[in-house]
Amino acid sequence: MNPEAMQAAGAAEGGRPAGAAPALFGPREVPLLFERSQPGKRAADLPPLDVPPADPVALYGEALVRTTPPLLPEVSEPELVRHYTALSRRNYGVDTGFYPLGSCTMKYNPKINEDLARLDGFVRIHPLAPVETVQGALELLHRLEAALREITGMDAVSLLPAAGSHGELVGLKIIAAYHRARGERRRKVLVPDSAHGTNPASAAMAGFEAVSVPSDARGLVDLDAYRAALGPDVAAVMLTNPNTLGLFETDILAIVEAAHAAGALVYYDGANLNAILGKSRPGDMGFDVVHVNVHKTFSTPHGGGGPGAGPVGVKAHLEPYLPIPRVVAEKRPDGSVFYRLSEDHPHSIGRVRGFAGSFGVLVRAYAYIRALGAEGLRQVAEDAVLAANYVLSRLKDVYDVPYGGLVKHEFVLSGRRQKARGVRTLDIAKRLMDYGFHPPTIYFPLIVEEALMIEPTETESKETLDAFIAAMRAIAEEAERDPALVRSAPHTTPVGRLDEAKAARQPVLVWRPDRS
Amino acid sequence: MGHRYLPLTDADRQAMLEAIGVPDVEALFADIPDPVRLKRPLDLEPALTEPELVRELGRLAAKNRTTDALVSFLGAGAYEHTIPAVVDHVLRRSEFYTAYTPYQPELSQGNLQAIFEFQTMVASLTGMEVANASLYDGPTALAEAVLLSLRETRRKRVVLSEALHPHARSVVETVVRDLEGVTVDVAPAPGGATDAGALRALAADAAAVVVQTPNFFGVVEPLGAHRQAVAASGAMWIVSANPLALGLLRPPGDFGADLVVGDMQPLGIPLSFGGPYAGYLAARMKDVRKLPGRIVGETVDAAGRRGYVLTLQTREQHIRREKATSNITTNQALMALAAAVAMSAFGPRGLRALAEQNVHKTQYALQAIEARTPFRRAYPAPVFNEFVLELGRPADEAVAALLEQGFLAGYPLGSLGEDYRTKLLVTVTEVRTKAEIDAFVEALGRWGR
Repeated sequence: MNPEAMQAAGAAEGGRPAGAAPALFGPREVPLLFERSQPGKRAADLPPLDVPPADPVALYGEALVRTTPPLLPEVSEPELVRHYTALSRRNYGVDTGFYPLGSCTMKYNPKINEDLARLDGFVRIHPLAPVETVQGALELLHRLEAALREITGMDAVSLLPAAGSHGELVGLKIIAAYHRARGERRRKVLVPDSAHGTNPASAAMAGFEAVSVPSDARGLVDLDAYRAALGPDVAAVMLTNPNTLGLFETDILAIVEAAHAAGALVYYDGANLNAILGKSRPGDMGFDVVHVNVHKTFSTPHGGGGPGAGPVGVKAHLEPYLPIPRVVAEKRPDGSVFYRLSEDHPHSIGRVRGFAGSFGVLVRAYAYIRALGAEGLRQVAEDAVLAANYVLSRLKDVYDVPYGGLVKHEFVLSGRRQKARGVRTLDIAKRLMDYGFHPPTIYFPLIVEEALMIEPTETESKETLDAFIAAMRAIAEEAERDPALVRSAPHTTPVGRLDEAKAARQPVLVWRPDRS
Repeated sequence: MGHRYLPLTDADRQAMLEAIGVPDVEALFADIPDPVRLKRPLDLEPALTEPELVRELGRLAAKNRTTDALVSFLGAGAYEHTIPAVVDHVLRRSEFYTAYTPYQPELSQGNLQAIFEFQTMVASLTGMEVANASLYDGPTALAEAVLLSLRETRRKRVVLSEALHPHARSVVETVVRDLEGVTVDVAPAPGGATDAGALRALAADAAAVVVQTPNFFGVVEPLGAHRQAVAASGAMWIVSANPLALGLLRPPGDFGADLVVGDMQPLGIPLSFGGPYAGYLAARMKDVRKLPGRIVGETVDAAGRRGYVLTLQTREQHIRREKATSNITTNQALMALAAAVAMSAFGPRGLRALAEQNVHKTQYALQAIEARTPFRRAYPAPVFNEFVLELGRPADEAVAALLEQGFLAGYPLGSLGEDYRTKLLVTVTEVRTKAEIDAFVEALGRWGR
């Protein structure tokens, strides 16, 4: 086991892997904060009132004033801290250990970025403050836009979208506006069957009909089927490149050319941009719109599921449609640059969220790009691709590889050989927890039976990769020797497999005092 | 020397290439067609060491004038409030912030339980039965609620209060623009509160009627009258509410709201130039399977131990793809956590005291302005922690003049239209002291003379 996994491991018992102690992921039970609540306790206070009090009932009338207090816990500060610390110990993050969750790029989140995003000059500024008081913030956004233009090869960037899926929606709105301005009404968006679920969902949300395009035996877009699907009713084609199998779409130029010839625009889902940083650019491949996931490629923390940011880049012909507000730089006669937020863009699709973007996230992304520079980012891509190919090379004899050959930053295994022994991919994933690792993405992409999608990223040492390889090989062996052991995993987590069917059938979504 | 974020040594790389069976790393990129290979280094600013990075971002941060340097009466949807220190200390637990969305519940019980607690707090605060795990921000949460109403009612018209935050209105308009046949009507708010008669007239055949309380002008809306206006229409009644105000105000759920949305920013989330914040969406249990976004539910493991999972996932994009209730993938987990910690720190009494202090200070400022300056409130309706002043002169001139004296005077409403050019939206939260309010009133009075 690698040192991190060893550290995460505690005392030995039943289902522990040979030579390893079971992982210790926090206390077995943590009561809900409501169950710790005692009337009269508090963890925060306010200065004494220094103005005369007003009477809310006199102001608003009795009917508008709250009579039943909200169900919030009453706890002291030490108890509050203990509670959340106990919860955090029941959570696994990149800082805990290896997190090869395919398609999510769970790379290390640099600590300095946490400090920088918390500088008073970034945190204590209001989004509607007069622009002359927030020139530093606007300069940072302007510089980040320039960096993302260069990295993606696009002509203009909006930093507004709050997430990758939000970026997709914004990009598709831009595409809809483009066709509308040309007096065309195109209803369909083509999406490969290997695509992220967000692609068809975003297309539907933007008012389009999503049409699935099959993959061929190589795991790439089936060119014949794709060409047949193109037509005057197709507004856009959405592609991830490298795709969700980790494979570079080698026919990319033909794909883009065919779309353009049919009057469709081509959308780049940037989920997998990490693989090609400094090696290839979506703009040079001919894409018209891209989004990037700064929480993947540019290391902003995933936060347990947000906040992220999904900036959108476009070619010049789509710039008028970008959402507002836009960051604008003006050269002053004295040579200085003055930054503004501009809303005067009559062809814009409009606002897509409140204010001017997830600024705190964008500060971290900018800090990351500045820390790496051009050479560092290229090294990121090279190490990420090297790590993926290395792990694949050491696992391909014990797990099936449905689409072989060279991969980029991630690869997909099939657990069908283990399934024949009665061990499903879900079981393998759960068993990895006993070895101290977060499981890969499973059952995605949908076109692979019993899929295990593994993305090591560039921020893991060879020792960690080797420990993971050893664990995967050991589990393959366990599947042969002792399938029941794998099927009943995990054995070392604070809870075992949870009854998800029960959760969905009889939903308990809030705590109630009468229930405990 | 390698980069500080990259653990592989050249020896490691060599060993890994040999294991793969390729001569060099370029061989791993051989599948990228030559015409799309980048044959030059990216043209980026030079890489910085950590000390240089601190200096460079410190330089940019120092160019901003913070709410410490300026005394702020600016709100308009983003508010300066007390944030207990425990909030950021919890957020800095890296098991929380370096995790991804909790697909593997056995390794994510901390996040899942915290979100379950958040859902409970939001549902109770809004007077609703259930809340989701959060959405990007207030305006996008409203847009999701409106989309839900369009799906649910199969009607095509949306009614928005004129007193809705302009960003929220604009986001809704953007989101519905490409949907076949969907139109938006605006219900007027003469006197600062949304007119119930207009709501009644517009609600018939509408998919949704949307009001905000306290509204963009700070006014506490008469939800009882609104409810009566909307009740028989079959439209979904969506109320956008400031969660802090709900510590004191009767919640929209008590009035019969179908959906309650808003932004958690006032509770534990710093201004941060507009984001990241967290939207919330609360609903009735009968509508839970129509909600967008993540929802956490309680269940048990085989040994009967209580645990939490993402649930009702057949609504979501990774299962349903184009038939999903939304394209949203994650929630805004870390910001929802911030709000949950802040709400827990204050508790029900503390939250009410916090809301009341906003009212006390706002009333004091309003009365002081009317007593000591030529300016009067633009609307008679009661307000929470902000109000509109009629200045009789362009409000952006007041903002510029008071900035020179160290005040963020408020938000000039000129962007709403010509009628609003002389109106200023002034916000007074609990962080303002009497001395600061007095000094502001004095400066405003001087400018007015």
